[in-house]
Amino acid sequence: MSERIAFRDAINRALRDEMKADNRVFVYGLDVPDHKRIFGSTVGLVETFGKKRCFGTPLSEDAMTGVALGAAMSGLRPVHTHIRVDFMMLAMNQIVNMVSNMRYVTGGKVKVPLVIRGILGRGWGQGAQHSKSLQSFFAHVPGLKVVMPTTPQNAYGLLRAAIQDDNPVIFLEHRWLYDAVDTVDFNRTDQLGKSEVRLKGNSLTVICTSWMNVEALKAAEILKRRDVALEVIDVRSLVPLDINPMIESVKRTGLAMIADYDWVFCGFGAELAAQISKACFKELKKPVERLGFAQTPCPTTRPLENLFYPSARQIVRLAEKMLDLKETDLSKEVFYSWEEKFKGPF
Amino acid sequence: MFTPSLARQCYEQIFLIRFCEEAIQAHYSQDEMKTPVHLCIGQEAIAAGVMSALPPQSKIFGTYRNHGLYLMATQEPDGFFAELHGKQTGPAMGKAGSMHLTSPEHQLMATSAVVGTTIPVAVGAAFANQYEKKGGMVAVFFGDGAIEEGVFWESLNFASLRGLRILFVCEDNDLAIHTPGKARRGFRSFRDAVKGFRCYYDEGDGSRADVAYQKTSKLIQQMKKKAQPAFLCLKYYRFLEHVGVNEDFKFGYRKKPTSQQAKLYDPCYQIEKICLRKGIKKQSLEGIQSRLKERIEKSILKAKQAPFPSSQELYNHIFSTI
Repeated sequence: MSERIAFRDAINRALRDEMKADNRVFVYGLDVPDHKRIFGSTVGLVETFGKKRCFGTPLSEDAMTGVALGAAMSGLRPVHTHIRVDFMMLAMNQIVNMVSNMRYVTGGKVKVPLVIRGILGRGWGQGAQHSKSLQSFFAHVPGLKVVMPTTPQNAYGLLRAAIQDDNPVIFLEHRWLYDAVDTVDFNRTDQLGKSEVRLKGNSLTVICTSWMNVEALKAAEILKRRDVALEVIDVRSLVPLDINPMIESVKRTGLAMIADYDWVFCGFGAELAAQISKACFKELKKPVERLGFAQTPCPTTRPLENLFYPSARQIVRLAEKMLDLKETDLSKEVFYSWEEKFKGPF
Repeated sequence: MFTPSLARQCYEQIFLIRFCEEAIQAHYSQDEMKTPVHLCIGQEAIAAGVMSALPPQSKIFGTYRNHGLYLMATQEPDGFFAELHGKQTGPAMGKAGSMHLTSPEHQLMATSAVVGTTIPVAVGAAFANQYEKKGGMVAVFFGDGAIEEGVFWESLNFASLRGLRILFVCEDNDLAIHTPGKARRGFRSFRDAVKGFRCYYDEGDGSRADVAYQKTSKLIQQMKKKAQPAFLCLKYYRFLEHVGVNEDFKFGYRKKPTSQQAKLYDPCYQIEKICLRKGIKKQSLEGIQSRLKERIEKSILKAKQAPFPSSQELYNHIFSTI
């Protein structure tokens, strides 16, 4: 069965289907059952499943993460929700010191089936504290799985897989993707630990996380007019990482650009660059290039914010440089913004 | 009721813990137990008294000063010494060492070396009991320093809000490593601090197993009647340094107790007095002691002879693969 739905509804549907399938699943967090329902992603859950299985919490991110761990070790399957990933910093003690290693320090005697959803809050001047992404923080720590869905299909399939997984999964959703509409097959189950080719091409491999896939597809559309065919690969799952399709692609194209939706310095893109450089040393025609946030806090004012976030414009320019092409005229291109959000389909 | 048979049982448990700790003191300098140890000499009666009073299958959470909890939960020293020696035969194959001793099959679920971190996890276990209408009990042990952590208040608040059956056991030695309570607390007393919450409260002498047992039993009765958390503050005296096997009075941050004080602080002295008062024969108690000592020496020998985990073990148990 399939339906055309938006990313936010795909998240909602995944939560709903998992709650229906397994009454050990519960969904909670600040603002989860209020009238705004986490940008619509938790709509109808409290009405359908009751306050026992869908509830708001005190402003206690640290303790409420510990509650998830204790509940998961006791056999429940919590889904803890943060409307901004920035708020998860308050829970890092539990996530890094407890959740990630509980199975290990008990010699494998406990399972920790929990999901922590964090929304990446780029928007209309979100400023320094509502704008981060931080996947590298989580991916750095052994014992956490880290997932960043891009399409509505992946939002549905990967969230269901995350809830069904017996391990802690950090699930990072980009706010701008919420409006993307696409066909979602509800019978399709996605597997954690698989990357996906978003676009086939032979000129240059662009490896993307989250929203950067959308920017890369836009860049590909512009470059196509000049007979440049980008291959766009969506990482989807940072941990476990499915590196082989990326290596195969780079061996074929000889050029790799990593567009990671996060700060570049010490970022996840550095890990990919190192692994790919090593595996494709002979085939690489140029050094692996990386794109991401400017190495600054996120400024609020729009002209500076536009410089802070990487976009299709930068992907085009970097691709031209890597391919020794002259700069295309981009003056007539419309790039994505808060007002001009990508609405799908993929 | 702290019956004679219960007194005898606690005697055995307290001495098991004490003798294990003393065995660590005796063997530690051989450098075969390569794990920082936070010995619980002085604290044994809290584990023995509280855990004896908990209903069967109660889930237990603790701190890095967890030896008493582990030995109470498992009632045997083989796994204990194997884990301290970092051997394959330890409950976590040496991956836990002293600071993360657990035995989930005996309901000792988690212990942690970051102050306060198991408190919300225990609340999560109590939440699961409520969610699944299991009616079980959870107890979390922590030092008085943990109360200064924000997560303690977050956890107490949530447990009180949801009416969870959880026993917060504060093992109060009035020291956070070397800093006394009066240098750390802006509140008058634990009772005052907890008073504003929908939470039962009691306090007592943690050097006495009978007191710990009776206070725990009373709070459990209250929690059974009306579900809400309970806070039990049990004072005790930490005889040794924060971490390690030695006394540290020479550093002058606290006074050495007089021999009379030391007796009152000593759970072994206290439980022996109780047993004798309840008519248990001295010889019978001595028999317990010699059996325990023999048992512990065997455990240490076994631990020394056991193999280390294979190198493959490094990568096992990061994720569940089933």
